[in-house]
Formats: sequence, structure tokens, C-alpha cells
Amino acid sequence: MDQIAVPEPAVAQPHAVTQPQAVTHSHAEGQQHPIKVYLIIWALLFVFSTFSYLVDYFHLHGVLRWSLIILFMLLKAGCIVAIFMHMAWERLALKFAILVPPLFLLILIGLMAIEGDYTFLTRLAAFLR
Amino acid sequence: MTQNAPASRGESSLTPAGLRGVVSDWSADKQAFPVPWGKAMMWIFLLSDTFIFTCFLTGYMNVRISTTVPWPNPSEVFALDIAGAHIPLILIAIMTMVLITSSGTMAMAVNFGYRRHRANTTALMLITAAFGATFVAMQAFEWTKLIVDGVRPWSNPWGAPQFGSCFFMITGFHGLHVSAGVVYLSVVASRVWRGFYDRKGSYETVEIAGLYWHFVDLVWVFIFAFFYLW
Repeated sequence: MDQIAVPEPAVAQPHAVTQPQAVTHSHAEGQQHPIKVYLIIWALLFVFSTFSYLVDYFHLHGVLRWSLIILFMLLKAGCIVAIFMHMAWERLALKFAILVPPLFLLILIGLMAIEGDYTFLTRLAAFLR
Repeated sequence: MTQNAPASRGESSLTPAGLRGVVSDWSADKQAFPVPWGKAMMWIFLLSDTFIFTCFLTGYMNVRISTTVPWPNPSEVFALDIAGAHIPLILIAIMTMVLITSSGTMAMAVNFGYRRHRANTTALMLITAAFGATFVAMQAFEWTKLIVDGVRPWSNPWGAPQFGSCFFMITGFHGLHVSAGVVYLSVVASRVWRGFYDRKGSYETVEIAGLYWHFVDLVWVFIFAFFYLW
């Protein structure tokens, strides 16, 4: 690398003497984003968590409760995966490889929901006889 | 800064973006994912873990649908009396906040790692591990309380007996992940402090550890929604 990094003067580095080669590497590596982005997402996660707790606290029921719980859950999951796990900045090939396979789990969930209903009805029929 | 990025990872200005990029990443005679191999493998491990946790949550959904006995109300089961006030689900809410806080400090640790602030990275990772340990301690308190209340994997005082088995299996497996993460983060933090990654010339291990930790938080988001709030 032709670029020599400037060592940070403010940070105490007690072991700095033992690794002189540490400063010769380029700083341009990996995922670097402004700290502000993380702080905003952090705050959002707190807000969404508080909202989903309030759904329970105010005893919301029925479709409203379920839809709000799932909405806040997906918003939180999206924030964590996209920003904290840096998926938003990865190439599309990696996004597809990691995010598409879990979609097949929806088939499992659908099948098991049908299966659960069937078991429930079978039990009702057996107990009512 | 991007013009200084190493070309060995396959990132070049000739690589197209979008769907064409997917085709060229897979069909060109090169590494398919232009990320460190450790990161790609961590993602694939997390994908497999996603399937495990989904199997647990799907099993829970199945027994909850199929039981003819009322399901215990989690809002009441996990309520606590604090200073004379009866607050529903409060311990779980605090645990959620603790885990989110730890996720935030971990994200900052990764950021400082790539900026080569060794002291900050170490401190933030240790804070993250401390929050994780706090989470596990609160979970131990929760388990103790429920076991004293009479919850067993085969029965409980409030309703469907499947409640106990689902609870202990799902939260236990998640708690195991958090505990393993605390150890993992502590090991990486001590290596950061000793300058291991400065000598190696790359802080990508910190980001990989971060991926694991954020995943633990991610799983809790789903457990919180489906087990505690539903």
C-alpha cells in the first residue's frame, strides 16, 4: 500500500511499540460507515421495542395486536440485518444466498399450521365422542 | 478510500451491480462472494441456525395450535411485582432492552475496529459481553422463578402442559447462544487488546464476531414477538 496511515495520537496504545507494522496497512478495509447511522438504528430499535411492549401493556387484542407485533418484529429484524449486520452494503449474490433460503421456511410454517389445525380438530372429535 | 481497496477480493470497477452482478459473481472464474471467507462461513452458519430456531418456533406454533387446553397468558406468567406495582412482562422488556443495547455497543465496536482504535474496540466488546452476561443472569432469575412457581417441561399450574417444554427449549437454546457469544466476544476482545489483529493486518474477525452477536439479538426479536407477546 502506498498510503501510510496516521496513528491516532489521542488513543492510549500501551502495546504500540511491539507492533510497528500496524501502521503500515491501509485503513480502507471492510465495512466502514458513519457512527451516526448506527446511533439512529440503535434509537429506532429502542422505539420499536417499546412500541411492541406497549402493545401488550395496553392489552390490544385480535388482528390489531398480531399485525402490530409482526410489524414491529419485521422492522426490528430489518434494521438489525440491514445495518448492524451490514447486509445492505453486501453484493446482491451474498444477499440472495443468505436471505432467500429462509423464505422456504414459510412452506414449513404453513404446513405445520395446517397440521396443527388438523390435530386440534382430531382431538376435539375424539374428546367429544 | 475505495480505490485503495485490495483487488484480491474480486471487487473491481468492472464488476456490474444488481442482477447482472449476481450472474457475473457466480459465473466468472473467481470467488463467488467478495468477502473474507470467515465472514461468508459465519453467514452460512447463521443461516443454518436460522433453520434450527425456526424449527423450534414452528414446533411451538404447532403444539399451541393443536392443544385443546387454554395456553397460559405470558403477559401474566412473566409479570413481576416491583415496588408494590404489578407490571406485566416487565422482566422480558428489560431483557430485550439489554440485548438491544449490547447490539448497539457491538456495532460501535466493529466500527472502531475498522478505524484501528484498539482501546475503544476492546472496551466496547467487553461492555457488549457484560450486557450479554447480564441477560443470561436475568434469564437464570426468570427460570428460577418459573421453576419455583411449578413450571415443568411436562406440566404447569396455568394451562397447556406444552408451555413448559416450549419455554425451556426455546429460551434455553437462545440462552446457550448468548453464553457462547459472551465467551466468543471475550476471547476476541482480549486478542484485540493484545494487538493480534494489528499484526494480522485485518479486523474482520471483530466484524464476524459482531455478526454472531447481532444474530443472537435477531433471534430474540422473534422469540419476544412469538413466545412472549403472542
